[in-house]
Amino acid sequence: MGNNVNRGWAAIGALVAGTSALVGCSGPQSTLDPAGRGAARIAELFWGMTAGAVAIWAAMIGLALYTVARRRTEPSPRAPALLIVGGGVVLPIVVLTGLLAWGLAALPPLLAASDSDRTIVVTGEQFWWRVRYLVPGGEAVELANELRLPVGEAVELQLESRDVIHSFWVPALGGKVDMIPGRRTRLTLEPTRTGVFRGVCAEYCGTSHARMAFAVVVSDEQEFARWLAQQAEPARPATEPLAVRGQELFVRSGCGACHTVRGTVADGVIAPNLTHVGGRLSVGAGLLASEPDGFQHWIAAPERLKPGSAMPSFAMLPADDLQALAAYLEGLE
Amino acid sequence: MTTEHQEQRESLWILTAAPAIWLSHFLLSYITGAIWCAKFAGSDGSLGAVRVAMAVYTSVALGGLALIGWRGRRRTSASPRGEAGASDRFLGHASLLLSGLAAVAILYASLVAVFIRSCR
Repeated sequence: MGNNVNRGWAAIGALVAGTSALVGCSGPQSTLDPAGRGAARIAELFWGMTAGAVAIWAAMIGLALYTVARRRTEPSPRAPALLIVGGGVVLPIVVLTGLLAWGLAALPPLLAASDSDRTIVVTGEQFWWRVRYLVPGGEAVELANELRLPVGEAVELQLESRDVIHSFWVPALGGKVDMIPGRRTRLTLEPTRTGVFRGVCAEYCGTSHARMAFAVVVSDEQEFARWLAQQAEPARPATEPLAVRGQELFVRSGCGACHTVRGTVADGVIAPNLTHVGGRLSVGAGLLASEPDGFQHWIAAPERLKPGSAMPSFAMLPADDLQALAAYLEGLE
Repeated sequence: MTTEHQEQRESLWILTAAPAIWLSHFLLSYITGAIWCAKFAGSDGSLGAVRVAMAVYTSVALGGLALIGWRGRRRTSASPRGEAGASDRFLGHASLLLSGLAAVAILYASLVAVFIRSCR
């Protein structure tokens, strides 16, 4: 009876552990739920290596059990030497050579030049992402903390850093590449399905390293072209009375010294471009929802939400001013 | 200096030869690749000439390692049994194993040139 109860609990435990492990394999930030060509190749390598590791583990356990269970007989004098040379030298060399060749063979297609004439420059800064779409023959379209890509097109990203080493990683789409000050590195991403995915900085870059995420929205070609055309437009002037007051406050409080809102006098370049900030999915690089409350919290307490950030706190502004600023920013779609 | 001491000193130097070849191969391969891509081929260029150079470096390095390994093996088998030849046998055996390790590492570094064909 007691044994049956124990077995029941063990089964439930195994089920919970198994389900949790599987849940970790999906979601917007999982290489094991790939949405891009690079990530699919990495997932394939992972599963292949997992299968190999399980096979080696099973063989070792089998060998240990065999050693324990067999009758004790005098081993031949050559047996230990054969085991050490075979299992300790030959086998690792063969396995590692196979893995290295398999991994290296996966690289050339991922490094190949993209056919697309679209180039996106992403710059890592403490602690946010500057994203610039280079439009052939036109002015670059700049935004922040959000990347949009057309499905089925290999697009080259040129990666830079303005301060320290960051690393650009969208696990669901591809591998990670370092962003090194003074250098331009490259990464080609080819999304294979539409959706919203999460990107992160994968190299410790300062106090708020874990608080500089970004969204990657993959849509069909038409939707992407419509979005890019809309991003290239200047900001629409505020019309709601609260937002109009927010716009005046934005200029009066000096926000334009750091931020740009195209179509207005705000033309600062050291902080995120806010021209269409209301249309983005988050505020503060993945920290808060893009809603009036989110903007208000961010403006009042950036040092609490993102320690080490260059954004100064505007907690000295009265609550109704913060509300007006939030209404203005949220309306910049 | 006695002949025995001279031999031991020679053995000690031989012990460093295999890792030195490994280090030289590694540095030469990376420096050639870096200079070629930065100064001649450009960031999108072909690695063609570097792959040929790496094939040459690898052949020379493996040849050198084979020679050191062979000398190590000879020293191990030619040394007298017992305490008299123990240190000599150890040094010979160590040079042989280090040559093997360096050869595997050099082949792994060369595998990159087999698969990667551009500076990208």
